[in-house]
Amino acid sequence: METLWVKEMMLKVEDLCIKIHDRNSSETLVKDVDLEMNRGDILGIVGESGSGKTMSALAIAGLLSRHDMEKSGKIIFEGINLLECERKVLRKLQGYEISMIFQEPLNSLNPIIKVGKQVEESLLIHTTIEKSERKERAIQALRDVELDNPEAVYNSYPHELSGGMRQRAMIAAAMISQPRLLIADEPTTALDVTIQAQIVELLKKINRERGTAILFISHDLSLVNTLCERVLVMKDGLVVESGNCSDIFNNPREEYTKHLIAAIPKNPFDNRDR
Amino acid sequence: MKYAIKKTATMIITLFFVSVLVFFSFSLIPGNPAVSRLGTEATPEKVAALTHEMGLDRPVMVRFGEWFINVLRGDFGQSYSYRQSVTSLLSDKIKITLMLSVMAIVICAAISVPLGIFMARKSDSKLDIFFSSVNQVIMAIPSFFSGIILTLIFGVILKLFTPGAFVSYKTSFWGCLGYLFFPALSIALPKISMVSKLLKDTVIAESQKEYVRTAYSRGNRTKAVFYRHVLGNALIPVITFMGMTFADIIAGSIIVEQVFSVPGLGRILLTSISGRDYPVIEAIILLLAFFVVMSNLIVDLLYHKFDPRIHV
Amino acid sequence: MKKDKKFVIGLVITSLVLLMTLIGIIKTPYDPCAMDGSMKFAHISFKHLFGCDQFGRDIFSRVLVGVRETMFISACVVFIGVFFGTILGTVTGYFGGWLDEILMRLNDAVLAFPSVLLALVVIGLYGSGRYQLIAALGIAFIPSFARIVRGEVLKIRNLDYIQAVRLYGASHFRIIVVHILPNLKTVLLSSIIIGFNNAVLAEAGMSYLGMGVSPPAPSLGRMLSEAQAYIFSNPLNAIFPGIVIVIMILGFSLLGDTLGKRNDA
Repeated sequence: METLWVKEMMLKVEDLCIKIHDRNSSETLVKDVDLEMNRGDILGIVGESGSGKTMSALAIAGLLSRHDMEKSGKIIFEGINLLECERKVLRKLQGYEISMIFQEPLNSLNPIIKVGKQVEESLLIHTTIEKSERKERAIQALRDVELDNPEAVYNSYPHELSGGMRQRAMIAAAMISQPRLLIADEPTTALDVTIQAQIVELLKKINRERGTAILFISHDLSLVNTLCERVLVMKDGLVVESGNCSDIFNNPREEYTKHLIAAIPKNPFDNRDR
Repeated sequence: MKYAIKKTATMIITLFFVSVLVFFSFSLIPGNPAVSRLGTEATPEKVAALTHEMGLDRPVMVRFGEWFINVLRGDFGQSYSYRQSVTSLLSDKIKITLMLSVMAIVICAAISVPLGIFMARKSDSKLDIFFSSVNQVIMAIPSFFSGIILTLIFGVILKLFTPGAFVSYKTSFWGCLGYLFFPALSIALPKISMVSKLLKDTVIAESQKEYVRTAYSRGNRTKAVFYRHVLGNALIPVITFMGMTFADIIAGSIIVEQVFSVPGLGRILLTSISGRDYPVIEAIILLLAFFVVMSNLIVDLLYHKFDPRIHV
Repeated sequence: MKKDKKFVIGLVITSLVLLMTLIGIIKTPYDPCAMDGSMKFAHISFKHLFGCDQFGRDIFSRVLVGVRETMFISACVVFIGVFFGTILGTVTGYFGGWLDEILMRLNDAVLAFPSVLLALVVIGLYGSGRYQLIAALGIAFIPSFARIVRGEVLKIRNLDYIQAVRLYGASHFRIIVVHILPNLKTVLLSSIIIGFNNAVLAEAGMSYLGMGVSPPAPSLGRMLSEAQAYIFSNPLNAIFPGIVIVIMILGFSLLGDTLGKRNDA
């Protein structure tokens, strides 16, 4: 289905390099990464661990502010270069226009704060909405991510929820302020296979209904194939291949991509021709 | 609620064990308390009469039962050396020792929490080495020595208080608090170093957790990340530690009372030990055990409130 | 890097303490109990490094013998604690059951007391003196060692290879002696050092309260309490023994800290 949203450039990354400086050595984790996303796009980044995909995602989310990391290039989001803008400007975008969900929903949630309070935190930071309305909006957000009994979830602590529920709550927290870009860093890796599929479906629905662009990071090429239109394949900090998802899946040009495809376990019950 | 009940039950069992231990260890002491009370010169008839009067000729289980019921009623019997009931003898001293211990805890918390936060913030600067070294040394100073140093500096040189001139809370409550400040400080000093170091370490460890990254990803300012997310988590082990130190603080107050001539439980415990005044010793041990166990209970409940992950 | 520095400093300080102990055993410059009326409150000099006390006794010699005394008592106390603590902890941790339940409740009851307080009780019962103090503190130190060992034994007992050895029919005794006890080495080493740290502190505290070795034999804590009476005129008399106590504790705590961390890594 073609979206009604105007295809407009939202994110443009040019020559992104990330270097980490130790006491005496320096290592380049990400080299000359370029990517573009329009509003409402779903872009996948695939690669093994250590390929620099998570680093790139964290850089885009503005979460690599550590001073032992050196970043160069440009990350332009809606006309603002995130690498050079003031922290104040960046903070205004974080959690409001750009949200992120992570691999381990349990560790990514604060263990001693009720889930609901964490879901509504972005509203607390970025808006002046009243407390009671924030709660309403949080419960609505929890309902939107298809959690049964959202009031109960609102009042639970993270350890009281299952892994799938926690990741849904994380998505609710990320989506509560209707961001334009949702960065999902291996959001299903820590989950059971059946729950994986549900979370991917949920992300699809969010993209379809709200037009939120999704940057989906995964080591699982088949998962990326079910969700994304376009994909970047990364290895050792470099983008080795990029393009339309099904093209790459069917005709990989790079040896590395072929390995990634070969590494997908064959599902004996899956009769569909890929 | 269930948690509180279970914890209270454990506490009662522990206290019962303590009282059994206390009673029987004191019953097993060689020698007749009646003799020690009358002196070795006493005639056998007199000893026998007093033995009977003190009820020492009855079976030990009967005596334990009676003693235990009386203790539950708050009656610890008669002091051997002071001709009055143990309860009336100790009632003032309990208040003084409790005041001293509570003050030490308050001082410890009031100084170590901000200090720990400050140290964590400065953890990658040169100040860190300075703080760690000072902390390490202060931790090694026993409270009776720091008490002497404090007396020397604030009592003898600066003359901020008169060493040995204890002010009773009956004469002046604030005067009493003022006198107890330096004793409480010397008990608190090593604990301040330990707690602030622990808090610094936990703050640093918590800051590297993934939920902190999540908090930043929502656009929180550094301060908000710290106070809303990191601090609460970092305080959990600190609370546990503070609970464990309460026993040490009470022990510390027993010694420090001696340094500053504070007439609390510690002083009377020492005189009772040298005077073999067993009922007083028994009562003091039970009271101190009660305080320690009680404070552990409070800490457990606090901890439960702070950390929702703890379940029975 | 920094940890190693701490370790080295701890090692140097502890060696110094051991050296002082050794000198205390072999020969002190003066008889620590010899009084000399003409030397009352003598100031620091080459003859009397730390000066003299109210009876004209050489404080340096008394400190050396005090260190020896403290080290002897601490070593005995730690030995008692480790020996009985290991037996108790291993038996309760390995076999579990009602015995474990009862002993651990008792352990909790005893742990509810600070060791100094417990030692005071034992001394209240059996009188004061060097051997009473050793017994008193030794008993007070058993529970904490028992708890550490029990925790460790519980961990080891549930490891796969212990289960496997059990399947092969090894006896409980053999499993404990051959497979479990050797694994306690690392935990015990750091807890022994920390135990020394606590024992020195407790011994000094007890002798400060007058519950240690009987006078006129010197002990660091008693020297402090005696010197306290002259704090206005001769503060140094209190400061020297105090600083020596601090140095002893500092050395053990530095070593204990770094050893503990090494085991974790």
